[in-house]
Amino acid sequence: MQGSTVNQGSELGYTEAHAPEAGHHGEHPDLRLFGFIVFLISESMLFLGLFVAYFTFRAVATSWPPVGTPDLEILLPGINTVILLSSSFVIHNADTAIKKNDVAGFRLWFLVTMAMGATFLAGQIYEYAHLEFGLKSNLFASTFYVLTGFHGLHVLVGILMMGTVLWRSRQEGHYSSEKHFGIEAAEVYWHFVDVIWVLLFTILYIL
Amino acid sequence: MAQAELPRQIPLDPLGEQEQGPNWREYFGFSTDHKVIGIQYLVTSFVFYLIGGVLAELVRTELATPEVDFVSRETYNALFTIHATIMIFLWIIPTLTGGFGNYLVPLMIGARDMAFPRLNAIAFWIIPPSGVLLLCSFFIGPASAGWTSYPPLSLMVNKGGEAIWIAGVILLGTSSIMAGLNFIVTILKMRIPSMPLMKMPLFCWAMMATSALQLVATPVLTGAMVLLGFDLLVGTAFFNPTGGGDPIVYQHMFWFYSHPAVYIMILPAFGMISEILPTHARKPIFGYQAIAYSSIAISFLGLIVWAHHMFTSGTPDWLRMFFMIATMIIAVPTGIKVFSWVATVWGGKLRLCSAMLFGMAFVSMFVIGGLSGVMVASVPFDIHVHDTYFIVAHLHYVLFGGSVFGIYAGLYHWFPKMTGRFLNEGWGKVHFVLTFVGFNMTFLPMHVLGLQGMNRRIAEYDPQYAGINMFCTIGSYILAVSTIPFLFNAIWSWSQGEKAGDNPWNSLTLEWMTTSPPPVENFEEDPVLVSGPYDYGHTYYQDLEDKAIAQS
Ligand SMILES: [Cu+2]
Repeated sequence: MQGSTVNQGSELGYTEAHAPEAGHHGEHPDLRLFGFIVFLISESMLFLGLFVAYFTFRAVATSWPPVGTPDLEILLPGINTVILLSSSFVIHNADTAIKKNDVAGFRLWFLVTMAMGATFLAGQIYEYAHLEFGLKSNLFASTFYVLTGFHGLHVLVGILMMGTVLWRSRQEGHYSSEKHFGIEAAEVYWHFVDVIWVLLFTILYIL
Repeated sequence: MAQAELPRQIPLDPLGEQEQGPNWREYFGFSTDHKVIGIQYLVTSFVFYLIGGVLAELVRTELATPEVDFVSRETYNALFTIHATIMIFLWIIPTLTGGFGNYLVPLMIGARDMAFPRLNAIAFWIIPPSGVLLLCSFFIGPASAGWTSYPPLSLMVNKGGEAIWIAGVILLGTSSIMAGLNFIVTILKMRIPSMPLMKMPLFCWAMMATSALQLVATPVLTGAMVLLGFDLLVGTAFFNPTGGGDPIVYQHMFWFYSHPAVYIMILPAFGMISEILPTHARKPIFGYQAIAYSSIAISFLGLIVWAHHMFTSGTPDWLRMFFMIATMIIAVPTGIKVFSWVATVWGGKLRLCSAMLFGMAFVSMFVIGGLSGVMVASVPFDIHVHDTYFIVAHLHYVLFGGSVFGIYAGLYHWFPKMTGRFLNEGWGKVHFVLTFVGFNMTFLPMHVLGLQGMNRRIAEYDPQYAGINMFCTIGSYILAVSTIPFLFNAIWSWSQGEKAGDNPWNSLTLEWMTTSPPPVENFEEDPVLVSGPYDYGHTYYQDLEDKAIAQS
């Protein structure tokens, strides 16, 4: 074979970890967190697309929100925003805890974060129930419901992720200071959901 | 995992006499082996290609005569809509990224598998049900608003079929995002230590650029589909002007994905051509860095040209000007590639096998599609030919003359690696000639039809176009027939073809440094790179260098 690439790694030295006997699927540095962040970049493009669509609707409309749309109440969503934002700090404690191998601690902080997320969702449902416009009232109303609803769905997914991690943590040693991808992923995701909400809140309620 | 234990028990045969591909049953199951998944993609999407091809022949048969006589107008609309949807989402994208990408990327970078094998398998298994779902919509009246599915038209006809179409596009988009995620992580993080980015085969560069587009552009399409779905099923009015919505926003979102989709469909083919030409010309690739960076440039520029599809949608002048210039700039990195390929082949010792024939046909046909692309990028010209057969001709020169020729070149080139056997060369040449002649007969005259003003997407036309249309239809039948020798060749050669050995083309990239087909986890021992991927005729350059040193 005139290949200039050599197959006999032994002379040229491959690391022990890569020796064929040791090889099996997934035998390489843990790339899951990196992959998850790449996924979130992709996911943020979905929101970016919807945001830009919103701004275009708004720019083209003669008046925004259309005449006769009742004003949005800002107090409840404001409180909701504070709750969601502070939950980002809460969940970070879970990360700190697991890095010290404190499983009970991470569980506690996850539970608190989940409770805060659930409060946010409850607040949003309350807001939906008391708004004076529906999904189909006008273009503003439709974008409002779809954007907040889509975000709410992400909050729900975040809560479910934390729930899954908690469920898995029943098993002794499933998460430790060395091995806690699930916890990190849930945290990164939660921060992501938070950032999206800040943007959404600014766009819909303040601007 | 059971299959992981298999290969090491079987001694590797350096001549590749031993056939040790996966058990055939694995191809029907949830395998996480990237090579099995690659072939699953290739075979599945080829089946969809045949189905999409049948739809195309029905369209051409209707167009053989000016009258509506073969199918009804409604059926005609459904036929070209589903034809395009299948060819794009179920044939070219899955074959190039899922099929070749999966099979080749880990082998080329010396990895044992993709970064996320299970995600990889899930991404594949989304595709067959989505395709079947889309085809099932024929029972209730499929989407008929064209593959662009512009509202308000798409909100008005065959609502059930349209809903299925939207669901299908969202599912296939999700699969594509998963694949892109996997590729980018694999390429960035799983190369063997001796392979820096600048020693990576150009196909991997192309796949990196492609995956970036899949990741960034596809979610916006999903967003558009969600809003369109709300309009269709719930009755909101995001895109429906009667309810105060704005259909132009849909067009922006749609093309923000669908222009980059063109590059998702052509960049991997560019990459394969950059592998095939130097191998069969026995010369180093000309301008490795230029080709590598131009992939990235195309990927980036591809994201900011989408509104050239909307020159007649009331886009303001300053915006049209921007998109016109940006689009024309893409011709620069693309031209760099073409010149590099020509320079690679120039003066080479060409091996005119089927892979090389398709590869060179790719370059020449793609140039025609690329040039007509620059023409339609120009606003005044586009206004004249918008929605005419000129566009149909242009896009088929890119997607068939480009992507499909590239796919065929890749199949002839890597079939020996995948199966351990050659495709029959005689039948390969028959296939090539029929495809080349049929393709040009079908699509070259369409440029003329378009310039004369024949509109696309309409079942009946002015009798003055009858002659050329009949000619195109005959060409399309030749194109259909051309698939038959390939199909039988592939099926027969898979088990009966001439044995190829490990490295039949004397190629230098890593996938050829293992057996054909490669064992599970690809390499018996980790390969180590000692030269670049295209150092063909290395001694010649070595001599020059030695001479220069001696002289100094
Ligand atoms: Cu385009």
